[in-house]
Amino acid sequence: MASIKTIHEDCDILIVGGGMAGTGATFEARHWGRDLKIVCVEKANIDRSGAVAQGLYAINCYMGMQWDENQPEDHVRYARNDLMGLVREDLTYDIARHVDSTVHMFDEWGLPIMRDKETGRYQREGKWQIMIHGESYKPIVAEAAKKSANKIYNRIMITHLLMDEGKSDRVGGAVGFNMRTGNYHVFKAKAVIVAAGGASHIFKPRAVGEGMGRTWYAPWSNGSAYALPIMAGAKMTQMENRIVLTRFKDGYGPVGAYFLHLKTYTENGNGENYEKKWYEETKKLVGEYIDHVPVPTCLRNHAFIEEVKAGRGPIHMVTKEAFQDPHMETVGWENFLGMTVGQAVVWASQNIDPKYTNPELTTSEPYVMGSHATCSGAWVSGPEDISPSDYFWGYNRMTSVNGLFGAGDTVGGSAHKFSSGSFTEGRLAAKAAVKYVNDMQSEEIKVTDKQYEDLKEVIYKPLENYKVGRNEITAGTVSPSYILPIQGLQRLQKIMDEYVGGVGVSYMTNDNLLKIGTNLLKMLEEDLEHVAAEDYHQLMRAWELKHRVTTSQCVTSHTLFREETRWPGYYYRGDHMKIDDANWHCLTVSQRDRDTGEFTMNKAPMHNLVD
Amino acid sequence: MSTFVYMTRCDGCGHCVDICPSDIMHIDKETRRAVNIEPNMCWECYSCVKACPQNAIDARGYADFAPMHHKVRVLREEEKGTISWRIKFRNGHEKNFVSPITTKPWGKHIPNLADETPPTNEEIDSQLLYSEPNGLNIETGLPSLKKDNQKGIN
Repeated sequence: MASIKTIHEDCDILIVGGGMAGTGATFEARHWGRDLKIVCVEKANIDRSGAVAQGLYAINCYMGMQWDENQPEDHVRYARNDLMGLVREDLTYDIARHVDSTVHMFDEWGLPIMRDKETGRYQREGKWQIMIHGESYKPIVAEAAKKSANKIYNRIMITHLLMDEGKSDRVGGAVGFNMRTGNYHVFKAKAVIVAAGGASHIFKPRAVGEGMGRTWYAPWSNGSAYALPIMAGAKMTQMENRIVLTRFKDGYGPVGAYFLHLKTYTENGNGENYEKKWYEETKKLVGEYIDHVPVPTCLRNHAFIEEVKAGRGPIHMVTKEAFQDPHMETVGWENFLGMTVGQAVVWASQNIDPKYTNPELTTSEPYVMGSHATCSGAWVSGPEDISPSDYFWGYNRMTSVNGLFGAGDTVGGSAHKFSSGSFTEGRLAAKAAVKYVNDMQSEEIKVTDKQYEDLKEVIYKPLENYKVGRNEITAGTVSPSYILPIQGLQRLQKIMDEYVGGVGVSYMTNDNLLKIGTNLLKMLEEDLEHVAAEDYHQLMRAWELKHRVTTSQCVTSHTLFREETRWPGYYYRGDHMKIDDANWHCLTVSQRDRDTGEFTMNKAPMHNLVD
Repeated sequence: MSTFVYMTRCDGCGHCVDICPSDIMHIDKETRRAVNIEPNMCWECYSCVKACPQNAIDARGYADFAPMHHKVRVLREEEKGTISWRIKFRNGHEKNFVSPITTKPWGKHIPNLADETPPTNEEIDSQLLYSEPNGLNIETGLPSLKKDNQKGIN
């Protein structure tokens, strides 16, 4: 430990994570804070990091206000409907009214956005989506962040937030380590924007061998978006609202362009339309929600899952008709090559040419995230001009911890933001963070040496665990004194799968199961005091795992609290199979006690701001 | 597909190590060449394949669900602004695709905000972001909701 070098960086605004939200925040912060010191810390390399590392073939959130295609109110209605009535309408509206300016900047910066040859407008894939050649989407936005930042640190994993010791409930910065040099990094900051990744790999993935990394959401999205604010005592919302994706089998290739642009459709193993068959059954669970247009995504999943359980799988995407058109065939393939190369590999390997074979679909393991068609995350303040008092406390996108802001996967309640909305939310958080820092003026943050030295002991302990424990055994991976990160990860995934509603149980859980799961997660948390890391890379894996476990504990607490099945098709409470609007048409809010680690749960009102 | 590295092509330059989002491309101490140290944490994002100046990195479909003898090869040409793909099926069938990756010279059209006109106090106190309202391309200004029009709870 003595050999570990400590590197200090004092800044005004620290952005944790350089994905879509983090690059948006870093870029925008410079405009409003000309003289501020702005630093962004990234776990990988900002040029290819986050969920958009391999590119995207569509921007899924664009209003098109300039052509009167959609208004922000329409987007609020859409997101609310898709999430079965529960979103933060102020946050969703706020993103929708700003997102067009973000997309127009991407266009100016050189992102190839396809255009409709007749109208000259951006080529629509669906009502909200526009089509792009986005292989270099991430390097382009990274460039924008680099131009704005005083400094960007790559390959540093942030493990903890620092707290201000001069004022309670105020953030003071963050600490982490460089996975290449092993150096310890202490960032003191007046404001911190957490723009880290959501959580893949907390539920057991369908592939558990070599292919376990081919999850739908990136395997490097390890829930730091949640663990960092949770551990700092920030309030969290809708963490039970995990998402299950209907995707092409094994590669998890996206279906959006197929459904919306190529007009392909699904059928069961016998070539029958199955969704309509489940209408009456679904209506018994959710009432009039099944009549909403478009049908909420979870309810379409529900029909898929029930049809497969009834023995009429597999579900196919009917591609043979659309793929006879060479243009459509090109779009179908380039859609994968631009964002999910692995699906092309699966099809090449199994001789699946969708021109001649209708490919199989599957429902994925659950994911917890805040940027796609779901809205788990931190409970944040909305914008002052539209947010009701329950949703507003001074600074847009500030969590319940002073000076701690969120964007992208971190922010709960603002579903359907996707890449462009996450970048936009980063911009919103950055402007507010600059205001916060300016309002603080000369007020200093107090972080004692003791605070970060104590954390240093904690952060590097897995290396010690390995060094000491390894001498006890001859060789191999089995130790009586430690567990390895992969072993802990597999235990986490098995707990979450079997007790909290993963694929192994067709997404079913209940009060009894969740309580067992809670206890097993507690034991796993205790065992992670003994997680062992052979090197700095494994130290990163150890901390990714700890963040995943903290996230999972919060998810489980929320799932236990909400005594209804709000989103059939995402998960089921077997003891409360119906939607219960009388008691649960509300948002759930949790807070973890910083000392005891216990979560307390509360309801927050669901305010409708648009009709 | 997890990635792997051809021994005779890799010169150990480390571009893949520098770019891998999962931190799994490392330089092997014995061979001094790149290796994927954790194939089960590979997202097959192809960042390393695209970054390799020697075309030494390829991918082989994940052993637990992909039959062998297929290929998805890529050539990313930054100066030309294109990316080219060749898909080879197990049965030998081939497909080729080329797409643009940018419409402008790299980085030239991204503003350095420190050099732009500083925001006015009015802008600072408004809900506007950089480039707004002009950047929205609408004449009615940034939309807002009136607080007193809002419906009640539930």
